[in-house]
Amino acid sequence: MTSAPALEHPLRTTVSDQLEMPPPVVAPESLSVTFNEVGRAFGGRTVLRNVTMTVTPGEVVAILGASGCGKSTLLRAVGGLDSGFTGSLLIGDSAVTRYDERTAVGFQEPRLLPWRSIRKNIELGLPKDLSKSEGQSRVDELLELVGLSDRAHLRPREISGGMAQRASLARALARQPGVLLLDEPFGALDALTRLKMQDLLLDVHAKTGTTVLLVTHDVNEALQLADRILLLGRHESDPVEGAAVKALVSVPGTRPRDRAATDLAPLRAELYAGLGVDSR
Amino acid sequence: MTTTLAAQAAAPGRAKSLPGGRILLGAAVPVFIIGLWWLVTGPLDLFTPTQLPAPQSVLDAGVGLFEGGALFAHVGISVQRVLLGFLFGAGVGLLLGSLLGLSRIADGLLHPTVGAFRAVPSLAWVPLILLWVGIGEDGKVLLIAIGAFFPVFTSVHSALRHVDPHLVEAGRAFGYHGTRLLTTVQLPAVVPPVFSGLRLALAQSWLFLVAAELLASSEGLGFLLIESQNNGRVDRLLLAIVLLAILGKITDTLLGFIERKALKTWA
Ligand SMILES: Nc1ncnc2c1ncn2[C@@H]1O[C@H](COP(=O)(O)OP(=O)(O)O)[C@@H](O)[C@H]1O
Ligand SMILES: [Mg+2]
Repeated sequence: MTSAPALEHPLRTTVSDQLEMPPPVVAPESLSVTFNEVGRAFGGRTVLRNVTMTVTPGEVVAILGASGCGKSTLLRAVGGLDSGFTGSLLIGDSAVTRYDERTAVGFQEPRLLPWRSIRKNIELGLPKDLSKSEGQSRVDELLELVGLSDRAHLRPREISGGMAQRASLARALARQPGVLLLDEPFGALDALTRLKMQDLLLDVHAKTGTTVLLVTHDVNEALQLADRILLLGRHESDPVEGAAVKALVSVPGTRPRDRAATDLAPLRAELYAGLGVDSR
Repeated sequence: MTTTLAAQAAAPGRAKSLPGGRILLGAAVPVFIIGLWWLVTGPLDLFTPTQLPAPQSVLDAGVGLFEGGALFAHVGISVQRVLLGFLFGAGVGLLLGSLLGLSRIADGLLHPTVGAFRAVPSLAWVPLILLWVGIGEDGKVLLIAIGAFFPVFTSVHSALRHVDPHLVEAGRAFGYHGTRLLTTVQLPAVVPPVFSGLRLALAQSWLFLVAAELLASSEGLGFLLIESQNNGRVDRLLLAIVLLAILGKITDTLLGFIERKALKTWA
C-alpha cells in the first residue's frame, strides 16, 4: 500500500497555466478523512469490517467493490447519514457528526425536489449562514460550471438524466464541502454522458481542490478519476463474513489520463481479478 | 430529453385547440336527454305532469320560487352549511392527519382510535347527534364535518407517511430538519394527494348535507326535496336535483381551480 501522491500541485499548475481561470467556486478548504477500524453490521450480519485508511486533503479516492459489498454503507458513515458503525471516523481532526456539515453527498439518484426549479434545487445546498446575494452569485457560478445556466428555470422532469446529475453535483458543491461524497453518481447514465460527467468532475476538482470519495463499480471510471483506489471485498480464505479492504492502490500518472492508455492495463487486470472477474 | 421537451411543447398547443370542442362534446348527451325529455312530455305526451313534468315547468317552478325569494333562501342556507361543515371537517382532518403523519408517537397513540371511528359508517352517528346536539344548525354542520373529515384525514396521513424517504434524506443531508424540513420537503410533496382528499371531502359534504336536510329541516335544498315529495310537486323536486348538481359542480370546479394553482407551484 503506497502513500498518496502529492497530487494537488501538478493539478494546480496545469490549471493555472491556462489564462482567465475563474476564482475557485468552492473555497478549497479540503479536509482529510481518517477511517480507523470502521465496521458495520446490520442486525447481526456483518457487512463491513476493519476499514482503516487515511484520505489526504484534496485527494480523489475511488471506492470500488462488487454490488452489495458495503460501498454505500461506508460513504453514508462519512456523511453522517448513518451512526451505527463501529470504530472511529474523523473528518479533519474531529469525529463525524450527524448529517455532517463539512461533507456534501451526491446520491446515486439525483434526488431533486420535483416541484422546484433547477436553480431552487441547487440553492437547497447553500449553507444557512450565507447572505442572499452571496448565495445567488454562488448558484450562478455553479450553474455556469455544470453548464446548466440556460436550464436554471426548468423543473427536474423537464431535463435529461445527465443534466439532473449535474444539478445534483452543483447542489452538493453549493455547500463548499471539505469532503465531497459521490455514490455511483454516473451509474445510471449512458456511456457517452458518463464520460462527459467524468471530465466535468475532474474539472470541478481542479477548480475546487476538494477531497472526493467516489463510490463506483466501474474499474475504468476509478482508473480515470482517482489518485488511489480502495477495493472492498472478501478474500475467499477469510473465515469471517463482511467485506474488508482487499487492496489500496495508487493509480500511476497524473490526470487527465488518456483513456486509451495501455500502461494501466496491469492494474486494470489486477482490479478485475480482485472483483472476481476475468479481464480477458 | 428531446422527446420530453417535444411532448411538453405539443401539449399546450393541443390543449388550446380543445376547450371549445370539449364543451360541445360534453354538452351533447345532456342536450339530447333534455330534448328527449321535452319530446316525451310535450309533443308525444306520454306522461302526466305528476309523473314527469315538462322541462319548461321545472324552469317555471324555479322562476316562481326565485320571485318569492324562497329559492335564494334554500340555496343560501344549503351552501352555508356545506361550506361551514367542509371547512371545519377538512381543517380538523388536515391538522390531525399532519400530526399523526409526522409524529410516530402521536400515530401510535391515536391511529387505532381514529381507525375505529372510521370503521363506523358515518351516517350511524345521526341518532347520537340528534340526541346530543339536536338537528339544528350545529347538528347539521357537525354531520357534514364528519363526512368531510375522513377523506382529508386519510389522504394527509397516508401521503405524509409515504413521502419519498430518499428526498427526506437528501433534505436532512443538506442540513434541513424540523419545521424547515417540513415546509421544504414534506408538505410540498403531499400537495397533490391532499387535494384529491379535499375534493372527495367536498363531494361527501354535499352528500351529508342532503342526508341532514332530509332528516329534519325547514329550509335548504334537502327540505325542498322532501317537501316537494309530500306535496306531489315533481317539478320542484326535479329543480332541487338540478340545483344540487349545479352547485356541486360549481364548488368542485372552484376547488379544482385552486388545486391547479397549487399544483403549478408545488408539483
Ligand atoms: N439499513 C440497512 N439495513 C439492513 N441492511 C442494510 C442496510 N443498508 C445496507 N444493508 C445491507 O448492507 C449490504 C451493503 O449494502 P450497500 O452498502 O448498499 O452496498 P453497495 O453500495 O456496495 O452496493 C447489503 O447487503 C445491504 O442489504
Ligand atoms: Mg450502493
